[in-house]
Amino acid sequence: MDAIEIVFTASLWAAAIRIASPLIFATLGELICERAGVLNLGIEGIMTVGAFTGWFTVYMGGDLWTGVMVAALSGAAFGLLHGLLVVPLGLSQHVTGIGITLLATALTSYVYRVALPEVTSPPKIDPFQPWAVPIFSDIPFLGSALFNQTPLTYLAFVSVALVAYVLYRTPLGLAVRMVGENPAAVEAQGIDVTVLRIGAVMVGSAFMAVGGAFLTMSAFNSFYFDMVNGRGWIAIALVVFGSWRPGKALLGAILFAAFDAYQLRLQQIVAGIPYQFFLMLPYVLSILALITMARRAGYPRALMIPYRKGER
Amino acid sequence: MVRVTRRAFLHGSAALAAVTAATTAPRLARAADPIKTAAIYTVPVEQQWVSRIHLAATKAVERGDIDYVFSEKVSNTDYERVMREYCEAGYKLIVGEAFAVEEAARAVAKDYPDVAFLIGSSFKPDAALPNFATFDNYIQDASYLSGMIAGAMTKSGNIGMVGGYPIPEVNRLMNAFMAGVREVKGDTKFQVAFIGSWFDPPKAKETALAQIDAGADLLYAERFGVSDAAKERGILAVGNVIDTQADYPDTVVASALWHFEPTLDHAIAQVKAGKFAAEDYGMFSFMKAGGCSLAPLGTFDGKVPADIVAKVQAREAEIKSGAFTVAIDDNEPKSS
Repeated sequence: MDAIEIVFTASLWAAAIRIASPLIFATLGELICERAGVLNLGIEGIMTVGAFTGWFTVYMGGDLWTGVMVAALSGAAFGLLHGLLVVPLGLSQHVTGIGITLLATALTSYVYRVALPEVTSPPKIDPFQPWAVPIFSDIPFLGSALFNQTPLTYLAFVSVALVAYVLYRTPLGLAVRMVGENPAAVEAQGIDVTVLRIGAVMVGSAFMAVGGAFLTMSAFNSFYFDMVNGRGWIAIALVVFGSWRPGKALLGAILFAAFDAYQLRLQQIVAGIPYQFFLMLPYVLSILALITMARRAGYPRALMIPYRKGER
Repeated sequence: MVRVTRRAFLHGSAALAAVTAATTAPRLARAADPIKTAAIYTVPVEQQWVSRIHLAATKAVERGDIDYVFSEKVSNTDYERVMREYCEAGYKLIVGEAFAVEEAARAVAKDYPDVAFLIGSSFKPDAALPNFATFDNYIQDASYLSGMIAGAMTKSGNIGMVGGYPIPEVNRLMNAFMAGVREVKGDTKFQVAFIGSWFDPPKAKETALAQIDAGADLLYAERFGVSDAAKERGILAVGNVIDTQADYPDTVVASALWHFEPTLDHAIAQVKAGKFAAEDYGMFSFMKAGGCSLAPLGTFDGKVPADIVAKVQAREAEIKSGAFTVAIDDNEPKSS
């Protein structure tokens, strides 16, 4: 099989969708936060929390969907913390976000060890299994690439549509977008800026945590320290790539994942090139794409600017 | 005015840590004077490599040979500090891994000449530093034998191998495995990939799936996640360092196991005798020394062709007698 043929195999695209799924959740989460004017660099830590709590809930005997709910709620809790620090208190969003990431990852390690002190290999759960969508999965090519995935992947795609609908077609979405552009105008409408922003950060963080949970409950079946492995930071770049729009962000996530799936396959065909080059490939291509896309990107005007009532 | 010096503070905090450890650790029958031993790991004790050291230490505690405390997930930037803290707290034997902190670890050893250091390292010990001995997982003997079984079990003659980073500890075992495969099936094609991370099972799994898509019907599982891909697609896997057959009864056909006991037990004996020296402990991982073995076939008993099992057993005997030596090759393995 040569380098071009691979692009036309359904298995490549099935892998791309699998790799993209956690990124879609995470990117969507970051997008909601930033649309409301709050940068959330706690993403990497919040994903770790979600990966742990979701998996641990199932390990303790919970249902898979209960695990997803617990992951979302624990993500929202860290979102609340981030929101309280940066919205009413107006602290630096960069510093607070990094702090949240450090706290969340360290706390997860601690809780893991306290809960499972004597294990020699991390316990496994029965994760989500691929579920073929009736009729659709029979479509040649597209069926095996897109419609033979786990339920969490389908949820990721549905979430994109849902978030896009809420953002652009509902009064709530209008308020969220407005609070990221001009919070004073939101205030003038009689809407509480603080509540709206914190709420958006909580919902966004819940999505991030579900993205983390995807790793332990769908892509794999047990929890390891450091397994989020930079996926959160990629999501932040994908938000810029997608110009803060859910649809474009989805496209970006799939594009990145497709490069990743492609390089895994290319490694075996092209000999003589160091493996690091292949691992680097998706990141380099993302940077290139970012350079071209970001020129036209219009970021939310009030991003990273704390709102103080009555300030002129 | 009370002045707290850094040293006094370290003493105090380390003593506190020791007291905590002493009161919480289960007390077993104590032999005379167990050696105060501390292990410092850069990864959690779940990691394959470290789990074997942890296991050997736990056994030594049960025998009453050592008192054992450990710090896990110590970052490389913090490694030297943790080493010094244990030294200040009066620990006599420090077990650790210096792959990314070679110079710092040796500097600490120089400052504490009365403490014995048994350190995992890609380098050799230095005669000028008599209290610093090195070990590594030289289990190429077992890897070679697991390769022979793999060669017999692959039908397509296409084997996928997923590793973390191409460091000597990983390369050595991969090369020995490949040599073993070639003895049985000379024309085997190998797909070698590294994921650039020790802990990213989803990525290891995706990499393995890509290799299966490209025709591999047997996987060499250096990382967590690879056996899961094999299980999902109904093909076979060969394990490494630890035995995971219990988790993958229909997937993991053979495993090359590392036994850290000979290494640690030799160090304990040397410390007790007051003869600890800058030895290279690498050979204590050889099959001759009982430092590695091929895991029992277990669920695959009877499924591996009998003539191959006989061949493997013959090789094993030759390795033990010294008639056959598995080459130690630390070069990065390449796809073929």
